[in-house]
Amino acid sequence: MNSTGGNLRRRWMNRLMLVICGCAAAIVIGFLVLILGYTIINGVSYFNLDFITQAAKPVGETGGGMREDIFGTFILVGIASIIALPVGLMAGIFLSEVAGDKAASVIRFSADILAGVPSIIVGVFAYALLVRPMHSYSALSAGVALAIIMIPVVARTAEEAMHLVPNSQREAALALGISRWRMILGVIMPGATTGIVTGVMLAIARVAGETAPLIFTALGSAFGVQGLTEPIGALPLQIYRYALSPYSDWQKQAWAAAFLLVILVLGINIVVRLVSYRKK
Amino acid sequence: MPGTPDKKSVSRPRIGDRIFSNLTLFFALLILLIIAGLLVVLNIDAWPAIQKFGISFITSISWDPVREEFGALPAVYGTLLSSLIGLVIAVPVSLGSAIFLSELSPVWVSRPVSFLIEMLAAIPSVIIGLWGLFVMVPFIRDPIEKYLGANLGFFPLFQGPPFGVGFLSAGIILAIMVIPIITAISRDVMHAVPSTQREAMLALGATHWEMITGAVLPYCRSGLVGAVILGLGRALGETMAVTMVIGNSYKLTASLFSPGATIASKVASEFSEASGDLYIGSLITLALVLFGITLLVNIIARLLVWRSVSVKGTGE
Amino acid sequence: MMNQLFKLDKGLEAIGGETSATKPPRCIIEVENLSAWYGHKAVLKNISVGIGVRSITALIGPSGCGKSTFIRCINRLHEVAEGGKVAGKIMKDGQDIYAPDIDPVDIRRSIGMVFQRASVFPTMSIFSNVASGITLTRIWSRRRDLQDVVERSLRKAALWEEVKDKLDQSGASLSGGQQQRLCIARAIAIEPEIILMDEPCSALDPISTLKIEELMLEIKKDYTVVIVTHNMQQAARVSDWTGFMLLGDLIEYAPTREVFTVPKDKRTEDYITGRFG
Repeated sequence: MNSTGGNLRRRWMNRLMLVICGCAAAIVIGFLVLILGYTIINGVSYFNLDFITQAAKPVGETGGGMREDIFGTFILVGIASIIALPVGLMAGIFLSEVAGDKAASVIRFSADILAGVPSIIVGVFAYALLVRPMHSYSALSAGVALAIIMIPVVARTAEEAMHLVPNSQREAALALGISRWRMILGVIMPGATTGIVTGVMLAIARVAGETAPLIFTALGSAFGVQGLTEPIGALPLQIYRYALSPYSDWQKQAWAAAFLLVILVLGINIVVRLVSYRKK
Repeated sequence: MPGTPDKKSVSRPRIGDRIFSNLTLFFALLILLIIAGLLVVLNIDAWPAIQKFGISFITSISWDPVREEFGALPAVYGTLLSSLIGLVIAVPVSLGSAIFLSELSPVWVSRPVSFLIEMLAAIPSVIIGLWGLFVMVPFIRDPIEKYLGANLGFFPLFQGPPFGVGFLSAGIILAIMVIPIITAISRDVMHAVPSTQREAMLALGATHWEMITGAVLPYCRSGLVGAVILGLGRALGETMAVTMVIGNSYKLTASLFSPGATIASKVASEFSEASGDLYIGSLITLALVLFGITLLVNIIARLLVWRSVSVKGTGE
Repeated sequence: MMNQLFKLDKGLEAIGGETSATKPPRCIIEVENLSAWYGHKAVLKNISVGIGVRSITALIGPSGCGKSTFIRCINRLHEVAEGGKVAGKIMKDGQDIYAPDIDPVDIRRSIGMVFQRASVFPTMSIFSNVASGITLTRIWSRRRDLQDVVERSLRKAALWEEVKDKLDQSGASLSGGQQQRLCIARAIAIEPEIILMDEPCSALDPISTLKIEELMLEIKKDYTVVIVTHNMQQAARVSDWTGFMLLGDLIEYAPTREVFTVPKDKRTEDYITGRFG
């Protein structure tokens, strides 16, 4: 009969589409496996102790490593964190604990907009703001660029973490005659620690892999780490440079650096997420 | 019977609280200030180029540092084209994955799969670019571009020599990078659809798939559009991976196989070598154009996503 | 049912024809025409009442009658909630606590509060929880100086023996009843004059409830206690004065025995005999 035929078709359609959706998810996982697989296989085969203990060698000489660039990445992330953590946390406190609805939605909206600004533009901004007036590429300008990328992420995750602290905690603290700001710092922030640390660590992981804002702020340095107002190398920057170079030795080092960066970035991500899953 | 509330009993907060809340306000305003600063500083540094070229900067196709003639059209075109290719690939895959995560899979499947997709989002762009350059591009050149050229070559899109690097590779890389974003947001938006909507559809005798297309997707349509536009915003501004696989050639061409440039790749690859106020100003103007586009796209996306998630959030 | 409820009462006839007082002889708090709102919804309507010093005052009534809001007005916590507004006077020691030059933070230091659900600070140790009202109002405090206060407060809250060996464990590791007593200790530690209790036993088992009730009778020697409860037996067992509230109005306020034996208002009688919705 017509209706049973229609039902059969509908049932097959149902199955087909559900399978297709499953395949879509499998494709995404497939990309992850491909990218990680190649990075790990290539990276491991080119990775050695020299890579982390030696500075770069000039063009033409084989060997050498990325000690200074690894160091540089830590310094840049450090500068960015020093700037972005206070700003982001205080802005997060403002959003969650201080602001009225209207002010909060304005700031929240701008934080989201700032988070959506392409990182290359943040790099151009840092260039125009710091590199040009100071007439020098510098670690500082790169740190500021990374900080601008971190701030909205830290602010929004801190806000959300503090929102999760139940209101009863606020009332209990106020009822003890604790003033608002001591309540926020002494009760709300500790109660939101897990969430805040999660957000901060994810922001750090994100920023550690950023390359675009470093190209014309940090620039890279052939002489290692020299100071905050001097150019500085960074792991992702070096991956970019070496990958586009014509020397196979450098390309191999790019893979090794990619391996190290993936371990660092995904390592933070995995640990942080596992911890926060367990807390839930 | 008491009348309307009066406000007499509001006393001034303590000094510590006043200082502290003003301090948080200051840091919150810093976010606004950064955005304003971005606009102002970029405009100042772009001014030489804006003054010289005016609106023709957008429509001109030349980029000649020697003669100091600069135009943005090929970069704008490349940005839009590569993002479009990215979305054409990413949207169906992302929606399929989101449906799988939100509607089909049990928690013990969807949680690890979501986790892995988040991992894909966390991989630094430069590493995806490295993979794209050394692994994907050779594969795109041969067999994919060769096959497409041989079989669909009558179509202008698929004409020209297979370089490997070019718009097609850039588009595919962008797809890989925005899929996790679109998937995650779409999944959340679908989660926000009340289960009564699903049950009502199933009670009418709908199959699972009909329930998804008939109840879930229409209900969260605007949120899904927002998710896609947010992905678009990300694709437009994506820099490193694209720069590494697009070939950096500045021309207007219909061929997807051809090397090209996006605004971001142009800025990234030339900025540190640029000299002279006009050259740098032109690159910064390019950045401003990109800023304007992404700002617009992000604002639209935020409004759409916020609206559809606030429907769910009323119970708070 | 009512008789059973009133085992404490020795002779109903003893108070039979007496004209009872409308407020306790010595009041620490005098409330005059207090009204309160959430947004535009009035939750308290012109309440005037006096609360006796070093006694237990119970407020009973169906949920939503405004009894919790009432005690939250006493420590100025109502205005913290979204849309919370207050009008009228609450005099404490002859001073209106809603006067413009009064800092609510100071008010709350002399009026402690215990909530329905134990609001232990989960990230703090037992010790720090008790000390929090002190440490979080000072710039700097040494643990040595706090030791005495913490021990004294925990003893008063009848919790010392149970926790003295694990003061550094998380407050969240205690049982529900212990957590509630920890909150009482925390409130006592700031040495308030008044302790407000908002349904402190509603989430507890009968044994823990009994402990808290004994504790209330103990601490009323030093403190004025105001307790909100939906448990009439509890009000009857522990309180000296009882107020019955309904839809934001204080219907009846009298010594507890009178309220439960010879209620003047029909609505009070309906409520305490269980004929109320």
